[in-house]
Amino acid sequence: MKFDTPATTNPIDQLKVVGHPIDRIDGRYKVTGTAPYAYERHDAVGNPAYGFVIGAAIAKGRIASMDLAAAKAAPGVLAVITAENAGQLAKGDMNTVKLLAGPDIDHYHQAVALVVAETFEQARDGAEKVRIDYVRGQGRFDLAAARDGAGMAGSGYWGPPATSVGDFAGAFAAAPVQLDATYTTPDQGHAMMEPHASTAAWDGDKLTLWTSNQMIAWGVGDVAKTLGVAAENVRLISPFVGGGFGGKLFVRADAILAALGARAAKRPVKVALTRPLMFNNTTHRPATIQRIRIGASRDGKITAIGHESWSGDQPDGQPETTVGQTRLIYAGANRMTAMRLATLHLPEGNAMRAPGEAPGMMALEIAMDEMAEKLGLDPIAFRDLNDTQVDPESPDRPFSQRQLVECFRLGAARFGWDKRSPRPGAARDGRWLVGLGVAAAFRNNLVMASGARVRLDRRGLVTVETDMTDIGTGSYTIIAQTAAEMMGLPIDKVVVRLGDSAFPVSAGSGGQWGGNSSTAGVYAACVRLRDTVVERLRLNAAEVTFADGQVRSGDRTVPLAEAAADGDLVAEDKIEYGDLAKRYQQSTFGAHFVEVGVDAATAEIRVRRMLAVCAAGRILNPKSARSQVIGAMTMGVGAALMEELVVDKRRGFFVNHDLAGYEVPVHADIPHQEVAFLDEADPMSSPMKAKGVGELGLCGVGAAVANAIYNATGVRVRDYPVTLDKLLPLMS
Amino acid sequence: MRPFTYERAWTPAAAAVAAAGTPGAKFIAGGTNLLDLMKLQIETPLHLIDINGLALDKIEPTPEGGLQVGALVRNTDLAADARVRRDYPLLSRALLAGASGQLRNRATTAGNLLQRTRCPYFYDTNMPCNKRNPGSGCAALEGFSRPLAVIGGSGACIATNPSDMAVAMRALDAVVTTVGPAGESRTIAMADFHRLPGDTPHLESVLAPGELITGVTLPKPAGGTQIYHKVRDRASYAFALISVAAIVHKDGTGRVALGGVAPKPWRVEAAEADMPRGAKAVTSQLLAGAAPTSDNAFKLLLVERTLGAAMTEARG
Ligand SMILES: Cc1cc2nc3c(=O)[nH]c(=O)nc-3n(C[C@H](O)[C@H](O)[C@H](O)COP(=O)(O)OP(=O)(O)OC[C@H]3O[C@@H](n4cnc5c(N)ncnc54)[C@H](O)[C@@H]3O)c2cc1C
Ligand code: SF4
Repeated sequence: MKFDTPATTNPIDQLKVVGHPIDRIDGRYKVTGTAPYAYERHDAVGNPAYGFVIGAAIAKGRIASMDLAAAKAAPGVLAVITAENAGQLAKGDMNTVKLLAGPDIDHYHQAVALVVAETFEQARDGAEKVRIDYVRGQGRFDLAAARDGAGMAGSGYWGPPATSVGDFAGAFAAAPVQLDATYTTPDQGHAMMEPHASTAAWDGDKLTLWTSNQMIAWGVGDVAKTLGVAAENVRLISPFVGGGFGGKLFVRADAILAALGARAAKRPVKVALTRPLMFNNTTHRPATIQRIRIGASRDGKITAIGHESWSGDQPDGQPETTVGQTRLIYAGANRMTAMRLATLHLPEGNAMRAPGEAPGMMALEIAMDEMAEKLGLDPIAFRDLNDTQVDPESPDRPFSQRQLVECFRLGAARFGWDKRSPRPGAARDGRWLVGLGVAAAFRNNLVMASGARVRLDRRGLVTVETDMTDIGTGSYTIIAQTAAEMMGLPIDKVVVRLGDSAFPVSAGSGGQWGGNSSTAGVYAACVRLRDTVVERLRLNAAEVTFADGQVRSGDRTVPLAEAAADGDLVAEDKIEYGDLAKRYQQSTFGAHFVEVGVDAATAEIRVRRMLAVCAAGRILNPKSARSQVIGAMTMGVGAALMEELVVDKRRGFFVNHDLAGYEVPVHADIPHQEVAFLDEADPMSSPMKAKGVGELGLCGVGAAVANAIYNATGVRVRDYPVTLDKLLPLMS
Repeated sequence: MRPFTYERAWTPAAAAVAAAGTPGAKFIAGGTNLLDLMKLQIETPLHLIDINGLALDKIEPTPEGGLQVGALVRNTDLAADARVRRDYPLLSRALLAGASGQLRNRATTAGNLLQRTRCPYFYDTNMPCNKRNPGSGCAALEGFSRPLAVIGGSGACIATNPSDMAVAMRALDAVVTTVGPAGESRTIAMADFHRLPGDTPHLESVLAPGELITGVTLPKPAGGTQIYHKVRDRASYAFALISVAAIVHKDGTGRVALGGVAPKPWRVEAAEADMPRGAKAVTSQLLAGAAPTSDNAFKLLLVERTLGAAMTEARG
């Protein structure tokens, strides 16, 4: 199904099942331990051996020699895989550097060997017996030091690396009110609960990988390419994913090494990355330096807005695309953005939840707060003044829908924004200085082609199959809701099967495109199934309705199951997008409100209240959408207050590579969180009229927290995370 | 993890004899620190002596009006004991500020005293670390040192002792009791129990090989208002950036011990004479001679502010 004209009324609009806060259908499996994860496929794989990954001990250089003899002789060891004995391996399209290194080392903890043994403990012990001598090379690890030498990034899915509209320099210089400030965000880790893990089994030249992956089709492609086998001989199965946040968009060492280990040991092998390896072996969100300049007239109209950003990555890597939102979110005739990319030899950077906008909004929305203060305007009023209903770079391109002003309005009323004093340090509650902060939320809505297969059987059950993944987001549930709505069934008559490359290729989970695109694919397949049912039952297509398990046409009412009386009916289709996303700018919007307390003596920071108001198209399931947003708000608090992969600039690695050192919020850090959704349906996004919401909830949170801290203390911190040591010396 | 042998000990004396007589032996109590370190190949004992069967899990009154806490009393039980909560609230609060409920259920009094540092380089066996691998160097000195010591460290090591419990015990003048392989018992004041690193950061306590901790004696209650303020980046389940254990009497006198600033719980009795003069005066003596790195110099001001807040709070 080609989606190239705005959606009109369709069966989803009935909202009998879609739009309801239905419990996650996988929830019961998760909490009873019956959702099988990649490392625990005892049901599918008997007698697996265990692989233990050895990560490089240096950040840059090469392996001089490896002595495997002691490891091979260790009890239980079955095989030791290294680049030398693994055969020809290619680099996956989605990987920046090789997943099995040798002799050259690109970054710390890049995999250099896999030890396979009968038990996990034997594999780990064997790994300790591998002796490796390295020759250290010179690497670059310090973004600030590399900043001046960084060249312009290349073009990519993010568009051009630099943009310019009007005369930014002239307008900024002429602006009576100016802000020129630099902000930094640190490297961050995905730190999801389930590690990267895979179980591999070969049957002749056919490989099955039970793995934990967000994007099944990309994964098949890169496994096939890396191993040099035909894609049709690779099957990926990933029905449950214990969190990914972008860290599992790509095939990683666990999958490739499990496959190589299984080939060498001639039996199934399972591999999980250890927690320390996860931080330096896999991808992370790269650190950024961001310079923002805003010029405005005295009455608060932005006349010039510029956003430049520096990030680093391995050679052939990509920038952290922090300037994207600045091209779109606020009006202003003169604009520029630029992204520069330095070569660093840290682990490879890549997508983490809301890549680009998450760190970009952390900076931009402090800048907006600073500018509002310079202008003597309320920060919400300043944003309202500079709202735009069209793409400010091409004014003939409207937003498909944009209710940012409305989000602020509703949020301000709910949160009691009028009680905020614009004067920092004015509110106190015992030992706590209390402050309120606000920030816009903005994340683009991306759409991706997505396919599904639906099957009606004689019991009247509809089974949906698609390689879509559920990374804790609620995909199972919203897909079941979609099929139920389309086929006129209650949700318990729908079975959803996900995450298997034997199923039609879907949008996958990433970039907050999964919810809207994958359900639109199911919609397309269901339209086809409805046609097949109508044909089979010889009904008049024009006036047919599917409701309550029945198909009605004129005065005929037939149970849906009857259409499959002589055998299952199967329909497959996919949604494909035309140029609506080009003609209309599709984005999601929101407003974050935060109240913090800062201990007047110790500068300890505690978030006291949070509210997010989101305008993100039709909300397919308010319960799972709310879960996505509160999870994102929690992540935003982490980014604001504690998350930082600390770079050892001499040795070139992330030092705090475990969950004791890389702190993410715990329950005690997170207060009551409120979420409100505006009632929207966006006919430009898909037949579902939905948009993404899982990343929107993160964008802007960090700045709202930082702005609240400023309101509490009068100390403006521009370097994340905002930790107490950055406040303390400036608080009297 | 290196392969190891294992035995259970049934009397303290037998445990000490076994430990002294078996090369590479270590006691295991709750295992919450030792097992993690063994999995990472940081501790590599050849033999484990499980002491959980020793009857050292009681809290009993002493003739002097104090409490005798068995080495195997779990952190949860010690924190919840009605006498501890009434007479030694500082200890109860320090314990509850540490780790998580699950860990405290398992962690023991003796194990807590002997838990090892949380210096991140100590945890990475690819990195030089004099504490883990004597003579290999110290990666932290010119690396990431924000969490590390500002005083008491050496050119060989600036790791902190991470225990919260030990800080309270130091302020309470607790005494460690032990038994050695020859059956001899001795007492060691908390002040003397942990060593400063000097050139030998791998030696962390004054215990002799095979010496087993049998318990900790708390002297008679110190009274006063007792405050344990642990400052950290997140609200719970994190090690201290710094902590302040303060006992403040009505007349402004009292005691102070610090956590998170030194390789051992940090207390300077002479500084306490200045308590009536306020936090600044006390801190300048407590931390006299501090040698912070640029990463952790903020701890000095943080101590002063936190102590000041504790003293204000104590005055009501
Ligand atoms: C995630 C995490 C977070 C934590 N957070 C904190 C925190 O915030 N604050 C805090 O204070 N602690 C914290 N801890 C540490 C925790 O308190 C210690 O792990 C625990 O107290 C150790 O006690 P154990 O009985 O388990 O010791 P074990 O691991 O069994 O032993 C530790 C050491 O003590 C020796 N030992 C044990 N008993 C004796 C004895 N009777 N005589 C001689 N030697 C003995 C062992 O040989 C070993 O060397 C944390 C731990 C973890 C894992
Ligand atoms: S500070 Fe001590 S524990 Fe840390 S690396 Fe240096 S020697 Fe090792």
